[in-house]
Amino acid sequence: MSVPYLSILLAIPILGAIVIAFIPKGNLGGVRATAAFFTLLDLVISLGLFLSFNVSQGATLQFMERVPWIPQLGIQYLLAVDGLSMPLVILTTMLSFLSVLVSWHIDLRVKEYFILLLILETGILGVFTALDLLLFFLFWEVELLPMYLLIGIWGSGRREYSAMKFLIYTVFGSAFMLVGILWLYRDSGLQTFDMTVLGQAHIASQFSAIIFALIFMAFAIKLPIWPLHTWLPDAHTDAPTAVSVMLAGVLLKMGGYAMIRINVNLLPEAAAYFAPVLVTFAVISILYGACVCMVQKDLKRLVAYSSVSHMGYVLLGIAGGITGLSLVGFTGASLQMFTHGTITGLLFALVGLVYNRTHTREISQMTGLAHRMPLIAIIFTMAGLASLGLPGMSGFVAEFLVFLGTFPAWPWHTVLAVFAIVITAGYLLWTLQRILFGPADERWAHLKDASFVDAVPIVVLIAVIILVGVYPAVVTTMIQGAFPPILDRLGAAVALLH
Amino acid sequence: MDLYLLGPELSLIGLAVLVILLDLATKNKNAVAALAGVGLVIPAAWTIALLGQHGSSFYGALVVDSYSIFFKLIFLSAAALVILTSVQYSKRFAPYQGEYYGVILMATAGMMLMASTQELIAIYISLELASISLYVLASFLRDAKSSEAGIKYLLLGAVSSAILLYGMALLYGATGSTQLNEIAQVLQDSLQRDPGGILPAILLGTVFMVGGFGFKIAAVPFQMWAPDVYEGAPTPITGFLTAASKAAGFAVILRVFFVALGNHYPLPVDWPALFAVLSALTMTVGNLAAMAQTNIKRMLAYSSIAHAGFMLVGVAAFSTQGIGGVAYYLLGYTFTTMGAFAAIVAISERLGSDQIADYSGMARRAPLLAFVLAVCLVSLIGLPPTAGFVAKIYVFWAALNQGLLWLVIFGVLNSVVSAYYYLRVVRAMYLGAPASEERLPASKPLIAALAIALVGVLAIGLFPQPWLDFGTGAAVVLIPLP
Repeated sequence: MSVPYLSILLAIPILGAIVIAFIPKGNLGGVRATAAFFTLLDLVISLGLFLSFNVSQGATLQFMERVPWIPQLGIQYLLAVDGLSMPLVILTTMLSFLSVLVSWHIDLRVKEYFILLLILETGILGVFTALDLLLFFLFWEVELLPMYLLIGIWGSGRREYSAMKFLIYTVFGSAFMLVGILWLYRDSGLQTFDMTVLGQAHIASQFSAIIFALIFMAFAIKLPIWPLHTWLPDAHTDAPTAVSVMLAGVLLKMGGYAMIRINVNLLPEAAAYFAPVLVTFAVISILYGACVCMVQKDLKRLVAYSSVSHMGYVLLGIAGGITGLSLVGFTGASLQMFTHGTITGLLFALVGLVYNRTHTREISQMTGLAHRMPLIAIIFTMAGLASLGLPGMSGFVAEFLVFLGTFPAWPWHTVLAVFAIVITAGYLLWTLQRILFGPADERWAHLKDASFVDAVPIVVLIAVIILVGVYPAVVTTMIQGAFPPILDRLGAAVALLH
Repeated sequence: MDLYLLGPELSLIGLAVLVILLDLATKNKNAVAALAGVGLVIPAAWTIALLGQHGSSFYGALVVDSYSIFFKLIFLSAAALVILTSVQYSKRFAPYQGEYYGVILMATAGMMLMASTQELIAIYISLELASISLYVLASFLRDAKSSEAGIKYLLLGAVSSAILLYGMALLYGATGSTQLNEIAQVLQDSLQRDPGGILPAILLGTVFMVGGFGFKIAAVPFQMWAPDVYEGAPTPITGFLTAASKAAGFAVILRVFFVALGNHYPLPVDWPALFAVLSALTMTVGNLAAMAQTNIKRMLAYSSIAHAGFMLVGVAAFSTQGIGGVAYYLLGYTFTTMGAFAAIVAISERLGSDQIADYSGMARRAPLLAFVLAVCLVSLIGLPPTAGFVAKIYVFWAALNQGLLWLVIFGVLNSVVSAYYYLRVVRAMYLGAPASEERLPASKPLIAALAIALVGVLAIGLFPQPWLDFGTGAAVVLIPLP
């Protein structure tokens, strides 16, 4: 009986939450240290799994655990990782640990905050490792209530409105996903929710287009894709910093991951059928997100909208991969998920640091911050450059792979998407110039630079960004190993379509 | 042998009498409550002793099988929880606490009989025993609202009982028997010979019975009594109504429709389709009305109407899995509502108000109560890791397996809508500012009830398979597995 590493990975945050629940109320330092300890433990274990992952077997499901849960319904407790999900698992554990550090200075109801953050981590890890459709759905729902409470209690601005909007939008999408999953179960005739079995079988159903659309709805809301993105600016802007980091860094990736894992993998013909629609909406998201960023006055909202734009690249890569049967396209999309997680996580952390010091998010109010906060300014600039896709950073590699993979199949769409980089550069450089550079202002003369606890997350993230930018093979070899079976299935499906 | 099979109910009625006698003998009302609560062990043990037995007695009026045992255990659990919840609350009924506990036990006995019989007259009598006890309990607070609740319940209940009886009479007249399986037999024979003959009477009888039973489970369009009665009744009794009374209604509906009217194809009356439509209506009306409520008891009343709609999805599915789904749903629902109402009893008693807005900041003042209430509300929405999540999945899965896609879509959309009003309470408790920092005390029996409910909700949700098996074991009595 091999060690159930993935279950341990999922259990540790819950264990941490239970331990925190028993720490006496006044002991804030103990609560923070416990949260940091358990998330760090999870990070170390996941790094161990990452390093022992058999990269040459990227498509094989590794560290699999299978226990029947509700045999009557064909639901199992089935966890495994492959080349697609392993980087996302690392992203989750890394950002969770860094979020704990970013939250170090929270002083309102600290215990509940960290308990909810840890439960959130388990939910997200469950989504990335679950290979049974209903188990996946279960973990997808687990993250709802912690997010609602985290945004609603510890957020700012219109936090209750944003939290409720996030929740209703997500639950609405999940409702459709559930109908689609149950319908898929029925039409496959295989009496199981096991994704590995359903993926192998050829699901021939006249309804697969409708099933695809139903299940896709949930992921389109999550990614998000224009026009279902309107929850994102509110939720991101009004959430506390660490929650924004988790939300933008990891939760959005759940949508992209699920699109590949479920929609493309289980319903390849429908995916091929819908690819033109997907690529169109991807381009709209990319351009819309970028254009709206140009007119933002609130720094956090600007970063939020930039997420809409960058996640559009993920969908672009997926659509290009489907139509062009392009390994490069899919690899680019998956890499974009990983890199965007680090880059936007970093950006939100930096916005949080700036806000903690200046107590404003208005871009027009801030100027010349680099004079007082050199470290933050340097890393902010580097993060901005990474976000616009400067070579040498991971953003470039991901976007380049996406364009390379999608251009053969959708040339004009790719051209428009590349053009969006110009707009991205526009708003990012302009914003950096306005807030960081420029004349020093009296108002900000007293600001302090990042403390040690503040600096660790941002330095770690920028290091990862540069590492993946300079040597992307550290993740891409793993990622691209996962796609050949999916491409085979798509190939067979596309052949049937014509 | 006959009396042995009737043992649980007999011992329960004996216990009720003992409770009333003890109440005459002593001023210590806590002792009376203790007798009622602890004494429940005897019927429970007897019921468990009957597990695995299959028999009928009293000329077929009483039936013991895994179906009836399943429901008996649900009613006994609900009764235990309501007694634990009421120990502190019943001080308002002084000096009638003894009668209060006695009538609760009588109601439970009536419900247990409802689940254990296959004969129309026995169904009617046991239904009346349970209902009249509940009419009394609803008016126990003796204030204006409670009396109004009791009278409304009595009048509307009497009318619907009459309609139910009329339907039963028509069924008897058409088939010549009141035994459910004999009715099924007669229907099968006569419909083969002469399809047009007794059909009108059967149709009318079925519709009337749907009306009568629909009142019991508060399905639309027979739900008008529920909000007022739930609001006016003493809060533990509201919980008892939501959980046990609804379960009893479903126990009877499943038994009557599946055994008498569901055993041959094509069905004489297409009642699954009727229940599907009622289910969609009930879910929607219940949810939409609940959104507008500011009183938590009224909101939970409408929500229980909506949940009756969800359970009817399982009935409409017309399969073993559908019945199993309803059974499992009722089990989880019992613990969920009893837990929620236990928390409400404690909070509202201290606040003196049932308004949701007054629950603001409860998470600080009563962390345990707020937590249990939050978990129960999450279960009512249908989010993991609670019993409500698995229950909804099971019921929708059963319905989709039978091709009822439109109903499942109704169901999931209604679940989404319901998230809004349940979360309003969670939001008030956790996000709101408390009116004062004063802590809310809760009596020990109430905390015990909360703990049992919480464990029940989570255990049934995280380890569903044994409970699903139990429910399916109950279901195969009505429809054997293919």
